[in-house]
Amino acid sequence: MILLQVIAGGLLLGAVYALFSSGLSLIWGMMNFINFAHGEFVMLGMYAALLTVLWLGGGPGVFGLAAAMALFLLGVVVYFGLIREVMRGPMLAQILSTFGLALLLRYAAFWIFSPDFVTLPQTSLSGTVDLGGILLTVPQLVAGLVAAVLTLAMHLLLTRTAIGSQLLAVAEDRNAAMLMGIRPDRMQALAWGLSAASAGIAGALMAISFPFSPAVGETFALTAFVVVTLGGFGSVPGAMLAGLIVGLIEALSAYWIGPIYKDVVVYGLFVALLWLRPQGLLGRA
Amino acid sequence: MTRWGLLALAAALVAYPWLVAGSDSAAFLQDMGALVLLAAIGASAWNIVGGYAGQISVGHAMFFGAGAYLPLLVYQHWQLPPLVGVPLGIAASLVIAVLIGFPTFRLTGHYFSMATIAVAELVRIVVGNWDFLGAAIGLQGPATARGWYDVIFRSSVPYYYIFLAVLALLILATWQMQRSRLGYYLGAIRAGERAARSLGVPVRRYKLYALMLSATFTSLAGSLYALKTGFIDPDSGLGILVSVQMIITAALGGAGTLFGPLLGAAILVPLQTATNTWLGGSGSGLTYIVYGGVIVLIARFEPGGLVELWHRLHAARRRRLEMRHAA
Repeated sequence: MILLQVIAGGLLLGAVYALFSSGLSLIWGMMNFINFAHGEFVMLGMYAALLTVLWLGGGPGVFGLAAAMALFLLGVVVYFGLIREVMRGPMLAQILSTFGLALLLRYAAFWIFSPDFVTLPQTSLSGTVDLGGILLTVPQLVAGLVAAVLTLAMHLLLTRTAIGSQLLAVAEDRNAAMLMGIRPDRMQALAWGLSAASAGIAGALMAISFPFSPAVGETFALTAFVVVTLGGFGSVPGAMLAGLIVGLIEALSAYWIGPIYKDVVVYGLFVALLWLRPQGLLGRA
Repeated sequence: MTRWGLLALAAALVAYPWLVAGSDSAAFLQDMGALVLLAAIGASAWNIVGGYAGQISVGHAMFFGAGAYLPLLVYQHWQLPPLVGVPLGIAASLVIAVLIGFPTFRLTGHYFSMATIAVAELVRIVVGNWDFLGAAIGLQGPATARGWYDVIFRSSVPYYYIFLAVLALLILATWQMQRSRLGYYLGAIRAGERAARSLGVPVRRYKLYALMLSATFTSLAGSLYALKTGFIDPDSGLGILVSVQMIITAALGGAGTLFGPLLGAAILVPLQTATNTWLGGSGSGLTYIVYGGVIVLIARFEPGGLVELWHRLHAARRRRLEMRHAA
């Protein structure tokens, strides 16, 4: 029974991983660009949620939305202020730009919020649910389900709407899209906004059940790299499946080997993946 | 750099400890000189793969850590002279380099960057929880020298000259590399991998050579650090900030230039010492906010670093002078 509970917990957290990883995957699919600050975006989503609760009050709906909007704005600003320019530069500039941004955001957060772990004040989400003997906390359940719905919504947005078609058109061929009357800059800014917003909401969802500090961003960035590589770069459904798998592997290795080693197992999986199947589970060679 | 400029630089570097010997804070200045050289060694080593080959490693701390840990490990467990651990550190670094480079160098450069940060983090967690390697507490070297082979000196000056010799060797090796087939191939790879491959450059193999050369010297930098301080723990040997230090030092001076890393070190190390002295313990956090900001600014405005900026300003001035001359 405990094992089942561990599996359920892992899958629910995995759904949140899938949400912010699909944001990273979207940027890669659009512009072959890895955002090294993606984990910091998740971390900022957590603090955005905290500040909203402290200043405005309100439930998860309010602070989830606030985190999403704040990070959407940040994503758009980062695109216009930094990414648009470095995309034309050498590889060095592309990788260092978001790596430097990650450091800047992480240590600025240390400076502003102190390195101590904090938790959200008690919200309306509490208590546990008994699903045929499997005990799950309500925040855990809500976070997993909301994340799954949002990831699905992102997938539908990309595949079933006009905006999604325009995004994919820019990803396919920037110049051809421009000739069709699509503004590539706007679309890429939108992609950065959506990507950062997905990280922001995921952060807010995790903030309900886990204590956090400015240092957590690095772990989330690495988790997203593993998920996106496992799922195949640029694929949202792949990220969804891979997020669940990584969540499960983490939970099981924490249960069987020890909580300290769950990251070791996941990063080890990443290296193994690079050797054996770098195109991911669903990707083609 | 001209021959006379090079000679003047070499003379200044050799004379530095002697020049500051008369000052009130001679020991402090000599120690800072040694630290500048050490930072320059690390950054020059990163520069081989990050600058010349254009493959951005954000996890070079793992090579530095391997080089720093093994000398102290052989002392801690078997009382061997730390020097014995130096080649072992290099061997371990080469194994890690192949482990990462072999699979990622057939993919685009982003995979290499992601793999370096993931493996560096993996190594840091494992070492931080493994009692044999000192876990979170770290390892200590011999407290007093049992003989010359322990490489322990009370003054910083002997370290300064050891570091200077290693840096000279590294710059010479890089200069040789620049003029060799390896250097031309790496230049082609950096300019455009697909074009290089279509011209018959064995891209993957040469990127791996560059990484192995870089890992060797980074490991050596770690060993020198451990020999000098006689202490290493997961943060000082394997933390992400160790990698950041190498990257920003090389990128500020000029990635892919021979003397850029030394220039970067000569600016950053005194600056960091100054902020830490003025702001106390709280200064270190601020330092890394500034580092992050500087890295972003370099990437956004001047990816070639100060060396390229200087060349550009210099060329512009010469053009102006020629115009005036013609007029």
